[in-house]
Amino acid sequence: MNSTPVVSPYPEFEPERYEITSSPAHRFQPNRREFFKLLGGGIVVVCALNDTSAVQESGGGRRTFSESLPQEVSAWLHIGEEGAVTVYTGKVEVGQNTRTALTQAVAEELRVPSNLIRMVMGDTDLTPFDMGTFGSRSTPVMSPQLRRAAAAAREMLIDLATKHWNVERAGLVAAGGKIIDEARQRSAEYAELVKGQKVARTIAADQPLTPASGWKVMAQSLPKVNGRDFVTGRHRYTSDLKLPNMLYGKVLRPSAFGATLTSLDASEAKTMPGVTVIRDGDFVGVAAPSPELTARAVALLRAEWKSPPQSSGRQLFEDLKRNVVEGKGREGGFGHSVGSMDRIRAEATDQLQATYNVAYIAHTPLEPRAAVAEWKDDKLAVWTGTQRPFGVRSELAQVFRLPEDHVRVQVPDTGSGCGGKHTGEAAVEAARLARAAGRPVKLVWTREEEFTWAYFRPAGVIDVAGYLGHDGTITGWEFHNYNSGGAAIGTPYDIPNQHIQFHPAQSPLRQGSYRALAATANHFARESHMDDLARLVKMDPLEFRLKNLKDARLRSVFEAAAQKFGWGRARTSKGQGFGIAGGIEKGGHVATCAQVSVADAGKVQIVRVVTAFDCGAVVNPEHLRNQIEGATVMGIGGALFEAIAFEDGRILNGRFSSYRVPRFSDLPSIEVVLVDRQDQPSAGAGETPMVGLAPAVGNAVFDATGVRLRSLPMAPNGIKQQVASG
Amino acid sequence: MARVTQLQVNGRAYAVDVDAATSLLSILRDHVDLTGAKYGCGEGQCGACTVLIDGLPRRSCITQVGAVANKPITTIEGLAPSGGLHPLQQAFLDADALQCGYCSSGMILTAVALLKTNPDPTEQEIARFMNGNVCRCGTYLRIISAIRQGAKMLKEARS
Repeated sequence: MNSTPVVSPYPEFEPERYEITSSPAHRFQPNRREFFKLLGGGIVVVCALNDTSAVQESGGGRRTFSESLPQEVSAWLHIGEEGAVTVYTGKVEVGQNTRTALTQAVAEELRVPSNLIRMVMGDTDLTPFDMGTFGSRSTPVMSPQLRRAAAAAREMLIDLATKHWNVERAGLVAAGGKIIDEARQRSAEYAELVKGQKVARTIAADQPLTPASGWKVMAQSLPKVNGRDFVTGRHRYTSDLKLPNMLYGKVLRPSAFGATLTSLDASEAKTMPGVTVIRDGDFVGVAAPSPELTARAVALLRAEWKSPPQSSGRQLFEDLKRNVVEGKGREGGFGHSVGSMDRIRAEATDQLQATYNVAYIAHTPLEPRAAVAEWKDDKLAVWTGTQRPFGVRSELAQVFRLPEDHVRVQVPDTGSGCGGKHTGEAAVEAARLARAAGRPVKLVWTREEEFTWAYFRPAGVIDVAGYLGHDGTITGWEFHNYNSGGAAIGTPYDIPNQHIQFHPAQSPLRQGSYRALAATANHFARESHMDDLARLVKMDPLEFRLKNLKDARLRSVFEAAAQKFGWGRARTSKGQGFGIAGGIEKGGHVATCAQVSVADAGKVQIVRVVTAFDCGAVVNPEHLRNQIEGATVMGIGGALFEAIAFEDGRILNGRFSSYRVPRFSDLPSIEVVLVDRQDQPSAGAGETPMVGLAPAVGNAVFDATGVRLRSLPMAPNGIKQQVASG
Repeated sequence: MARVTQLQVNGRAYAVDVDAATSLLSILRDHVDLTGAKYGCGEGQCGACTVLIDGLPRRSCITQVGAVANKPITTIEGLAPSGGLHPLQQAFLDADALQCGYCSSGMILTAVALLKTNPDPTEQEIARFMNGNVCRCGTYLRIISAIRQGAKMLKEARS
């Protein structure tokens, strides 16, 4: 599709570079006997990852396994003797509705009603290792694996039916949780067939799947599978859990980042009945039988901290460029060059250079970090809302010097993640307090703690230079991202000469992944710059993009969004402006059109947003629309007003009353165009739909006012003030 | 310190023994084990902790339990008879007006209060009334249509 074969120097999938992603020291490997002891009789299908031996041995992609499982297992599926279908996956549910989508995947291939399927997710004792729920990987990677397992189980059930009735396979079909013998007009429920069985099979990657054109359960808008539990308040998030004998924990936070504890007087708190106070290095925490008592005890602690002088947000962007980290490999930068930028700089008819800034923002998941920890002898069980249960298990094993199999992490469906729950701070704190108190401890972060002691979406500086030929062809493209990250740093446009570089820098704040990673920042810079280049050659921004773009899927979402939006209309009122932006990330192709209204006082209101999205074959249309709408709303915050203010190791606006997140009053009309490509594999959709919003809005503001906003957030106090101060 | 010894929640009397200055949210969640109301910010800014007191939406995180000791309190758990769904709960499900669901109980209870005073609100009226409730998943559009749908269902139930 792309006629300029620019080989991407970046891996297709960039793991969150800021997080530790090392493989665990141990893999869960029950043998066959243990499996049935754990799950009960019935049939088990194990998904092997890259298990080439299975293919070689059986020649058909299936084999009966003996006593051990393959090393690399991604999921397993069990059909019990009562017919219950249980699926085990290390993925977690944080609101993206992957529990529902994966249920659909299994229902589709197993030919069983969705309500008979139970997903066990994110439990390190029960589910196979999984690196984490991020990077939009559940749909393109986990879903096909579960479908293969379900398809294999279906074929095994047909095998069992042939024995059950002593008939040939031909003429037996699976449907509605039964195997049906059409010729003889009889059927057997799955439960009947698996009774007394202990059959286990490992499947390899070539198990044939139902093509999207034949989907009956997938491609449908199955409602959230456990939705009822949420609207009735019955669902228990981590922060709602209660164990017998449980204490409530709280940590005494340092006065600033990097502070060390110079003295602690805990004498008063320690005299309170039932109160445990612990100091371990710079860690000070309290556990007590009620949250009120815990809070009172913490208030009685007299601590003195010493903190190093630290920088402030005011000189953030200078700091980032000044403090570039040199080096190669994971910690270092990366980049690529094609053609000759030197030649193009000399030859270009027109050129434009600009610098874009991106602020730190906070994820502010509505459920702050929380954990419940319980020790039994030297074994630790923790419940916590994290996107990386196995990562948190490793953290705990490391901190408490335990073998990993002594630690169990369980993740209840969580009150949003936004890319911000990759770490296990609350889990470690709760576990430390529980060990000291000898009782289970629950620890729930306050909103201020979540704002301060979690991590931030990286700030960044992006320098862009575009070079143009006579006819509006982009001939050269230079793009340097300092600190914010490498996701979507490349350009989808066909440009013969490019130099693109990511420069890591020392970050004054603790930073990590955020929904869509740096794709938001890089799209903001690239697509804002594309608009300026279009104006330089007096072309319509859409026409200019299409002129320089060959990727058919991206072209088609641009065209779909523009058509729905009515691109090219004349302004009907003062202060009105239209903008467009788009790109490709994590297999998704997105284009967004925005209409803004800029009041005389400079207040920017986003009036209307149209997003066209192509993520391959659509798995659940309503949930996909929901994700796109939600990504749009979340994107409004980072685009217009969210920014963390900090000084000398302290966050200055770490509360909802001083840090504005999008509300009902910020809501534009949002229209979604789904470009359903049944011929393409399904890509994830939780992240990419947000990346076009900020540049589309910035381009619309420019259209309305002639003011180019090159800093995210673009209009924290309206645009005039920003222009005056910037 | 004044103590509170009884609370009327969801039509039931709960015996407690707590300091009157404690936040209602904490008492509901940690003492009565009704965890449907959520902690989101602790300063009445996000609405996740909303409960109905005398039918009015109140931020339980900044409400002292002493102030509501003798008043009827409704939490999400008591909105519909056991096993059933209030029309707004059904409407939220039908409209997929949730992703992670953490804001849902506060949203639904606030909407219940809205429809009590304004049985047929416009989208603008809904957005204005609900503006103190935050959904970080960004399902605001769907919440608005769920409330419109809930209003219709309630109207039909009345007639």
